[in-house]
Amino acid sequence: MIPELGHFALVLALLLALAQALLGLGGAARSHAGWMQAGRMAVAGQFLFVLLAFLALAQAFVASDFSVAYVAGNSNSQLPLFYRISAVWGGHEGSLLLWALCLAGWSLAVAIFSGSLEETFRSRVLGVLGLVSIGFLLFMLTTSNPFERLMPAAADGRDLNPLLQDVALALHPPLLYLGYVGFAVAFAFACAALLAGRLDAAWAKWTRPWTLAAWLCLTLGITLGSWWAYYELGWGGWWFWDPVENASLMPWLAGTALIHSLAVTEKRGLFLSWTLLLAVTAFSLSLLGTFLVRSGVLVSVHAFATDPARGLFILGFLTTVIGGALTLYAWRAPRMKSAAGFELTSRESFLLFNNALLVVALALILLGTLYPLFLDALELGKISVGPPYFEVVFLVPMLPLLLLVGIGMHAGWKRGQLATAGRRLLWLAAVALAAAIVLVAAIWGGIRPLATLGLALGLWVMASALLVPLDRLRARARLPAALVGMSLAHFGLGLTTFGITGVESFRIERDIALAPGESAELAGYEFRLVGLRSGVRGPNYVATEAEVAVSSAGRPVATLRPQKRVYHSGGNPMTEAGIDAGVARDLFAALGEDLGGNRWSLRLQYKPLIRGIWLGALLMALGGAIAAFDRRYRRAATVAPR
Amino acid sequence: MTPRRKRMFAVAAILAGVGAAALLARLAFEENLLFFFSPTQILAGEAPADRKFRVGGLVSPGSLQRAPGSLEVRFVVTDNQHSIPVRYAGLLPDLFSEGKGVVAHGRLDGQGGFIAEEVLAKHDENYMPPEVAESLKARDQPGGAG
Amino acid sequence: MKRILLVSAPIVLFAVLVAFFYAGLQRDPTVIPSPLVGKPAPAFELESLGNPDWRVGSADFTGRAWLLNVWATWCSGCYQEHEVLLAIARENRVPLLGLNWRDERPKALQWLAELGNPYAAVAFDGEGRVAIDWGVYGAPETFLIGADGTVLHKHIGPLTLAAWRQDFVPRLPEAAP
Repeated sequence: MIPELGHFALVLALLLALAQALLGLGGAARSHAGWMQAGRMAVAGQFLFVLLAFLALAQAFVASDFSVAYVAGNSNSQLPLFYRISAVWGGHEGSLLLWALCLAGWSLAVAIFSGSLEETFRSRVLGVLGLVSIGFLLFMLTTSNPFERLMPAAADGRDLNPLLQDVALALHPPLLYLGYVGFAVAFAFACAALLAGRLDAAWAKWTRPWTLAAWLCLTLGITLGSWWAYYELGWGGWWFWDPVENASLMPWLAGTALIHSLAVTEKRGLFLSWTLLLAVTAFSLSLLGTFLVRSGVLVSVHAFATDPARGLFILGFLTTVIGGALTLYAWRAPRMKSAAGFELTSRESFLLFNNALLVVALALILLGTLYPLFLDALELGKISVGPPYFEVVFLVPMLPLLLLVGIGMHAGWKRGQLATAGRRLLWLAAVALAAAIVLVAAIWGGIRPLATLGLALGLWVMASALLVPLDRLRARARLPAALVGMSLAHFGLGLTTFGITGVESFRIERDIALAPGESAELAGYEFRLVGLRSGVRGPNYVATEAEVAVSSAGRPVATLRPQKRVYHSGGNPMTEAGIDAGVARDLFAALGEDLGGNRWSLRLQYKPLIRGIWLGALLMALGGAIAAFDRRYRRAATVAPR
Repeated sequence: MTPRRKRMFAVAAILAGVGAAALLARLAFEENLLFFFSPTQILAGEAPADRKFRVGGLVSPGSLQRAPGSLEVRFVVTDNQHSIPVRYAGLLPDLFSEGKGVVAHGRLDGQGGFIAEEVLAKHDENYMPPEVAESLKARDQPGGAG
Repeated sequence: MKRILLVSAPIVLFAVLVAFFYAGLQRDPTVIPSPLVGKPAPAFELESLGNPDWRVGSADFTGRAWLLNVWATWCSGCYQEHEVLLAIARENRVPLLGLNWRDERPKALQWLAELGNPYAAVAFDGEGRVAIDWGVYGAPETFLIGADGTVLHKHIGPLTLAAWRQDFVPRLPEAAP
C-alpha cells in the first residue's frame, strides 16, 4: 500500500511541477502577482510530495518489502539498517528519486531565501526549475519507476552491492547530487536573466552564494568518492579517470570557472555573456554526467541501447533543456555587453586566464571521455582513452594556472598595482622553489624536475594564499568572510597540489607473496606477515584477516589488518585494505588470495603525503562555505535593475 | 586599452588558447590512446607486436592456474570465438573470476600468448568494459539455461 | 555579425554532440553478416557421435529445412543455450543437426545424457574440418538451412528464445504461428 502511495505522490509532484513551471513563467510574462504567488506554493507542494515519495521508498527498504522490485534488487534482509537506508539511492531508480528530491529542495530554498529578489525574476527562476523537475519526474514515472511491484514477491533481496556498503559511499551520492542539482539554480538564474534580457552586478550577487553552495557540495562529494576509492577498492588508487569520475570532475571544473567569473561580473560588471554560458554549461555537464553515466552510454554504448526507451527519453530531455538554454543564449546574449575595460595585470585578467585554463582542461577531458563514443559512432574502431591522456591534458593547463593563482590573489581590480606586491611575490616564489628542492633532495634524494615543480607550486599557492589575510590584518583592515573563504580555498588548492605531487612522484608499491613469519621491505619499513585469522565475523560478512606488523629500524610503527570479506549474499570476495594513516605518509596493505603452500599474496604500498589531497579538498569546500555566508549576500540586495 | 585593442587581444588570446589546446590534445592522443583488441582480432594478426594494448573478453572457465606459493597466474581470455592465454604476476582484482569479463593491459609474448602488466576491474560488478561487450556482441543473456 | 557567430557556437557544438548520441543509440551491435548466408550450404558427411559406424551429413536433410548447431562440452555458451535448443526441439518444427566440434566423445555423450538431447542427429567433428568449411568462428553457432540447400541465417553465440522467434521462425518455410 505504501509503495502505491509513494507512486501516487510522484504523480502529484509531477502535476505540481507542471503548475510551478506554467505559473512561474506565465506569471512573470504577464506580471500576474497571483500566478507568481501560486507558483511559489506549487514549489512547496512539489517538495512535499517528492519527500513523501522518498520516505515511502525508504520505508519499503527499512521494512524490507521485497515485493517492490527495486528493493528486492538492492537490499537484503541481513543488511544493517544504515545501509538499508543508503540503499535507497544504491540503484538507478532510487538515485533519480534522490536527484528529484535535491532539486525540489533547492527550489524550495530559492523560494524561501530569496525574498530580496525582484518578484518577476524569482518567478522565472522557479519556473525554469519547475521545467527541469518535470523532466526528471516524467523520466522516473515513464521508464524508471522505483515503486514497481514484483509478482510474486521475492523471498529475499539480491543485496546492495557490497562495494557500496560503506559510510563514505553512502554519503557520496547525496553530496554529489546536491552539487549537480545545485548548479540547476545557477542555470535557472542564467535562464531567467536571458529571458529578461538583462543582467547586472546584482544578478551576480544573487547567483554567487547559490553557486558556491552547489560547488562546495560537489567538492565534498568528489572528495568522499576519491577517499572511498582509495580504501575500499582495495588497490590504493585515489583517482582513475574513468568516465564516472570524469562526469563529476567536468561540472566541478565548470563550476569553479563560474565562481571566478561571477566574481568579475559582480565586482566589475564584466564577462556577462561568458558567465551566463558557464552557468548553462555547469548544469549541462551535470545533467550529461548523471544521465550518461547512469544510463551507461559512456560506459558502453550498448548498455544504453538495451533500453532504447530510456535512452531516447534522456536524449530528448537533454536536447530540450540544454538545447533550449543554448538557443536562448544565442538569441539574447548579444544584448549583454560589457562596457568597462581593464589592464593586463589587473585581477580581471588573472580571472580570465583562470577561466581560460579551466575551460581548456574541461574541454580536453570532455573530448577524451567522449572520444571512444565518437569513434564508435563513426565505426572507426574501439579505443579507450587511458589515464595517461587525462594526466597530460589536465596537468598542462593546471601548471600555469597554479602559478597565476598565486599572483592573481594579490592583483588589484581594474588597474592592478602588481609593482608593490610583485617584489614580495618573487621572494615567495623563490623560497617555495628552494624549499621544494630541499624537500625532494633531503627526503627522497636526487633531483626530480616535475616533482620539484609540483611541490614548489603547491607551497607557492599555500604561502601566497596565507599572505592575503595576513596583509589585511597588518593593515588593520576589515577581513570580510568572502576574503577568508577565498584565501582558505586557495590554501586548500595548494595543499591538494602538494599532496598529489607527493603521492604520484614518490609512492612505492609492491605485490608480494608472503607466508606467516616472513617479511618484506618497502621504503625503509619492514612489513611482517604475523599471521592470518579466518572466520572474522561482521554483520553480514565473514572475513579472513591478516595481521601485518610494520616496523622501522626495529621499532614498531603500526599493525595493519587487511581483510578479505565474503558477503553472505554471495558474489566475489571483497578486499578491505589495512591502512595506517599519517600526515606525512600512509602505509597500506591489501590482502590478495591464498596462493597455496601457506603463502598469501599481499600488495604493500607507501603513499607519501596522500592525506594532503583530501585535506586540501576539504579546506576548499570549507572556504566555499565561509564565502557563501558572507554578510554581503545576506544583506537585501535591492539593487534596482538598470 | 581601447575597446578595439582589447577585442583584438581577446581574439588573439582565444585563437592561441584553442591552438595550444588542440596541439596538446593531439600530442596526448598520439601517445596515450589505448588500443583494444579481442582474442579473435589478435589471432587474425591485427594487434601490434611491438606495443602495449588491451585485450578483453571473458575469463575462460576452468582456465585459471597458479604456481603454488607464487604470484604468477595464468588464465585464458576468450571472446567465445577465440581464446588467448594470459600470464600475469601480481594481485588479481576482487571482481576477477572465471566466466566474468576482464581487461588486461600488456603486450604479446611473441609465442601466441599475452603478458599482462595490469588486470583491470571496475567499481561495478555489472560493469562490462565497452570493448568486451562489443566483442561478445552482447549475446550473453542467459537463454533460460544455466 | 562576429558576435552572433560566437554566441551560436555553443548550440552548434551541442547539436553535433546530440547527433553522435543519437547515432550511438541507433546502432545495433549484434548484426554481423556471414559470407555464407544466401550461398549453398557446404555438404559434409561425418561419423555419428553415438556410433562411429553410422554416417551423418547434410544429405540426410535434402529437400527439407534444417538447423545446424555447432557445440562442444568445453563451451560455456553452449551450456547456456542448451535449454533453448531443447525448447526448439519440442516445437518440432525443424530438425536439429548437432555438430560436436573438437570435443571428446565420452564427454559429449555424458553431456547429452545429463542435459537432454535436442538433436535429431549429432555429427562428430573431432578435428574441426567441417567447421572450417562452414566458417565457424567459435561455439556455439547456429545455421538455418532452407529446403533448397542454401544457408538462410547464421546466429553467433548462445541462442536465445527471443533470437529464435525473431530471426529464425520468420525464415522457416511455413511461417505458421
